[in-house]
Amino acid sequence: MKFKKSVGLLLSGVLSMGILAACSSDSGSSSSSTGTTPTSTEPAAEGSKVIKIATQSPLSGGSAIIGEAIKLGAQMKLEEEKAKFEELGYTLQLEPYDDQADPKKGVSNANLIGADEQIYGVIGHYNSGVAIPSSEVYEKYNIAMVSPANTAVEVTERGLKTVNRIVGRDDFQGPAGAEYAVNELGAKKIFVIQDKTAYGTGLAEAFIKAAEETGAEIVGNEGITIGEKDFNGVINQVLNKKPDLVFFGGLYAEGGIIIKQARDKGIDVPFMGGDGMDSSGLVDIAGEAVKNTYITSVAGDSTATESGKKFMEDYKAKFNKDPEGFSVYGYDSMGVFLTGLEAAITANNGELPGKDKVAEAVRAVKDYKGALTDVSFDEKGDNINAKIFLYKFEEASYPPVQVGEVSQ
Amino acid sequence: MLQEVLQSLPQVLIDGLTLGAVYAVVALGYTMVYGILQLINFAHGEIFMSGAFIGTAFFILIMGTSWAAGVPQIILLILVLILTASITGLVGVGMERVAYRPLRNAPRLIPLITAIGISFILQDLVRFIAELFNGNYIVTGPSLFSEQITLKTSSISSVFYDASFKSSFLIVLGTAIVLMIALDYFINKTKWGTAMRAVALDRETASLMSINVNKVISITFFIGSALGGATGVLFAVQYGTIDPYIGFILGLKAFIAAVLGGIGNIRGAMLGGMLLGLMEMFASANLSLLTGGVFGAEYKDVFAFAILILVLIFKPEGLLGKPTAEKV
Amino acid sequence: MKEKLTAFYQNKWAQTVFLALFVIVTSAALYFSQKSVVSFLLLLSSLLILHFMNLKNVTKWIVALGLLFVLIPFASSGGPAFQSYMEVATMVGIYISMALGLNIVVGMAGLLDLGFVAFFAVGAYTYSIFATKQASNFMPFGEFPLGGESFWGFLIIGGIMAAIAGVLIGVPVLRVKGDYLAIVTLGFGEIIRIIFNNADRPINFTNGAMGIASVTPPEIFGITLSFPNQFYFVTLVILMFTIFSVLRLEHSKLGRSWKAVRENEIAAQAMGIPLVRTKLLAFALGASFSGIMGVVFAAKQAFIDPTSFTLMESFTILVMVVLGGMGSVPGVILGAAVVTILNLQVLTELTNWLNQLSLSGTLSIPDALSPAKMQKFIFGALLVAFALYRPKGLIPAKNKIFDAKKLKEDRPHRMDNDSDLDAIPVDQDKVRV
Repeated sequence: MKFKKSVGLLLSGVLSMGILAACSSDSGSSSSSTGTTPTSTEPAAEGSKVIKIATQSPLSGGSAIIGEAIKLGAQMKLEEEKAKFEELGYTLQLEPYDDQADPKKGVSNANLIGADEQIYGVIGHYNSGVAIPSSEVYEKYNIAMVSPANTAVEVTERGLKTVNRIVGRDDFQGPAGAEYAVNELGAKKIFVIQDKTAYGTGLAEAFIKAAEETGAEIVGNEGITIGEKDFNGVINQVLNKKPDLVFFGGLYAEGGIIIKQARDKGIDVPFMGGDGMDSSGLVDIAGEAVKNTYITSVAGDSTATESGKKFMEDYKAKFNKDPEGFSVYGYDSMGVFLTGLEAAITANNGELPGKDKVAEAVRAVKDYKGALTDVSFDEKGDNINAKIFLYKFEEASYPPVQVGEVSQ
Repeated sequence: MLQEVLQSLPQVLIDGLTLGAVYAVVALGYTMVYGILQLINFAHGEIFMSGAFIGTAFFILIMGTSWAAGVPQIILLILVLILTASITGLVGVGMERVAYRPLRNAPRLIPLITAIGISFILQDLVRFIAELFNGNYIVTGPSLFSEQITLKTSSISSVFYDASFKSSFLIVLGTAIVLMIALDYFINKTKWGTAMRAVALDRETASLMSINVNKVISITFFIGSALGGATGVLFAVQYGTIDPYIGFILGLKAFIAAVLGGIGNIRGAMLGGMLLGLMEMFASANLSLLTGGVFGAEYKDVFAFAILILVLIFKPEGLLGKPTAEKV
Repeated sequence: MKEKLTAFYQNKWAQTVFLALFVIVTSAALYFSQKSVVSFLLLLSSLLILHFMNLKNVTKWIVALGLLFVLIPFASSGGPAFQSYMEVATMVGIYISMALGLNIVVGMAGLLDLGFVAFFAVGAYTYSIFATKQASNFMPFGEFPLGGESFWGFLIIGGIMAAIAGVLIGVPVLRVKGDYLAIVTLGFGEIIRIIFNNADRPINFTNGAMGIASVTPPEIFGITLSFPNQFYFVTLVILMFTIFSVLRLEHSKLGRSWKAVRENEIAAQAMGIPLVRTKLLAFALGASFSGIMGVVFAAKQAFIDPTSFTLMESFTILVMVVLGGMGSVPGVILGAAVVTILNLQVLTELTNWLNQLSLSGTLSIPDALSPAKMQKFIFGALLVAFALYRPKGLIPAKNKIFDAKKLKEDRPHRMDNDSDLDAIPVDQDKVRV
């Protein structure tokens, strides 16, 4: 009769798990409606339809700082625009998903997003390796995706009609960095280190190609393992080759350590990296060693414009922390999407249009004035106004100083 | 090509020794536990990681107080080492009590699985605490012992370049050597050490000889984990930045080192750790040079694992181990 | 109460009625209220109830097949959440098949393999390389990408490639035992991942860390399969094949040799079991199931890169096997389903719910504690708890119990029939095998 006991145990286990899940979905919607009703003028009337917008970014794992920043930026814009949509008769809701920087998780979330008929758009992702397979799913469900950060060429190059991005591409960012390195910094011999991830390799390869075309010599191209803390082996190679500049394709966690360990070994040539190093974490890790480091970033300096400054102040006031480079892109991506959504609703006489119509309207957005970037999508979904910004760390503090800007 | 390899050799040796010293002390923990319980304590790498975090937390705390400025750094380090080692030692004892002791007579696979489980729990707990207090689980401690020292190796022979290191290198190496000598003495010369060896040889007979087996095992775990925690502090001092996931791969490498030297053998673990550190550093500095760019530094882990597999195939008992016959 | 339960357990009709009611209620609930994850899970759990019912195996199988092929897809098709349920179900199927593969190696043959995901990667890359332009980088002939019909062939090729990889790994590691074996297989798993991650130089085999995008979707009778509900059926058919073969293997001569080797290698060898061959076959067969599902996974994702094949993945599969019960086929199926659903659906929904609560200001939980981040912690706690309190898993493995008297009577007619889910009812004088 042990049998029976285990049946009972199992069943109760399954049941309790199910109940948990039920709570999650059922009371999730009910609690959120009670959460929003007090702020609106009337108790949620029948006419007030909910439109959900999802964010997908890594909220846990190595890039959690940036993923969180994207989410918070998007959340801020959504809450600002809430009143406007309330007048049109719609309640906006944010649905943050954590893709854990894992393609499997991203795709599985994407299917959950696709299944939710109230979700009309996605702001995300941070990792191109996650964005590429997930966007295949969005395409099936006609859910518009606006990417605040993906730079890999493949993201828009596959010709999907729902995929848009407001940032520059790797084949624009890499050359911009290479040009600056060769022409402005006078680098003749460049050593390239990459972290062997989709992002790092993509950026490094684009950089190498452009640097060789501009006339520099690549004296080394080495890979490191992410998560490690001792990069002295590769740094010894740098010591041997005596380059004028070291380019690192990867994220700030490893970049910071490499810079620090290289400076300890007396390598004082400039370092250069991409937008993955655009984080306050870089300064925390590298400390004083971060000086004389250049980064190219698709994220502009928020302090450069009036609206950018206002954004920074509001963000600080709202979340009680400084915005990261990508916060404003989360904010602007949400802005672009909501503009498209509004246009689609207006075109449909105030009725809620189909998801495909929303996606079309988002793609059709022209001359959107964001807090930082202007956005006009071309036929692939790339932003023709995207710019690449060059920064230099002159002090051990974040954000760095802008030293250049390249437009397409 | 050979010339280039030689030029960087002094520097590679120094970096390799630093990494090797860390591997060696962590490997000691594996080897001690394995020698006594025939159990791979997978969670040992996480003890090391916890040690790094506890040590960094102590450093941040102490550096924040006013009296720290007047005290020499080396005294602070010793203080932190002792404190951290005793905490991680107790964690180790607790771990053994909760997760391993009830399973001592279970099939071999089961304790290995709890070990993996414990290691996940520790990783996530540390991540959680770090994230709660720091906002981000990648933690950078205060910079200690960071003067640069240059070794004039070029004066020995002109084929070498000069090598340089931070003074923390000396601290790491020195502490590691002191720890290893102390342990070797403890195991071979003291009463408890003798009891440990007896338990390792034959648990039942040892208990008949009025040795308290449980106590011996607890002490083994305490010492192994204290060593692991202390190494974690050294690691944090040397490399500055730590995260909750450093323990797993490092623990794995340390285990490889232990197997390389002959698992269960204290001196073997030291030798294996040093060798592995040196080989890994050599591989990542020279692989692409030696293979003409076909295999780069990214293959260094393949190199380490390949060595492990080769050793296991051709000399399964390790470099210093003794072959054992299996009983039915 | 107890008596009633016993009576209920012996009354077939009552059980059938109960199950039918249960299935009807849950599937109706699922059909009409699409967002209810709970009814989906309950509907799935009807299979579990079915497993414990006192019915004939054939009946059970027919009912189970009916549930899986007809009722579950139909009941969840009532609304837009259809595809997401099917996605989860497909992933569950993929993981079950992998866990069954690992179960052969770990559960039956007792060889702890910590690098199992490598075989999954081999299968996935085998298809992806040839179903994209990637292959034209090194193939001197042929035109790539291959069409979607080739998928069906690649199911077999992927399985064979994984089996070859299994043997290649198996040959050198056979000299090592127990814990050493665990470390060596872990090392091999990492080596394979690192090689896939770097095999874009000097010849571009795998496109390195950039991964392989736009894998050709499978095609059958001119229909292109790209939606999760289509993959659900593909996975299901393969899964049924896997379960069938594993069940047959378990009670075959080979399966019994595996168990003998697991219990005592030297004794098994003394009884004339060829050690090397038996172990290698365990590696090869276990790997091939994983490889086949790798092909399906690659086709379903349409994009693969090495980050899908990390060490963590190997451990996850191991957790499934341990949780379900090492060596127990129904247990492993349950374990894989529970872990996958927990991971993909329950934790995500739970996080969403908590997020909604904190966004609306009802509750504030530090971000560090969000359930999706606690995945490792939950796994760890599960592993420890199960190892300590239920080392044999959710549904422990049972050796088939033969009835000696019956066996003697039947000897001329039947030798090894009835090798199905459950044991023959126990009689007084029984022989454990």
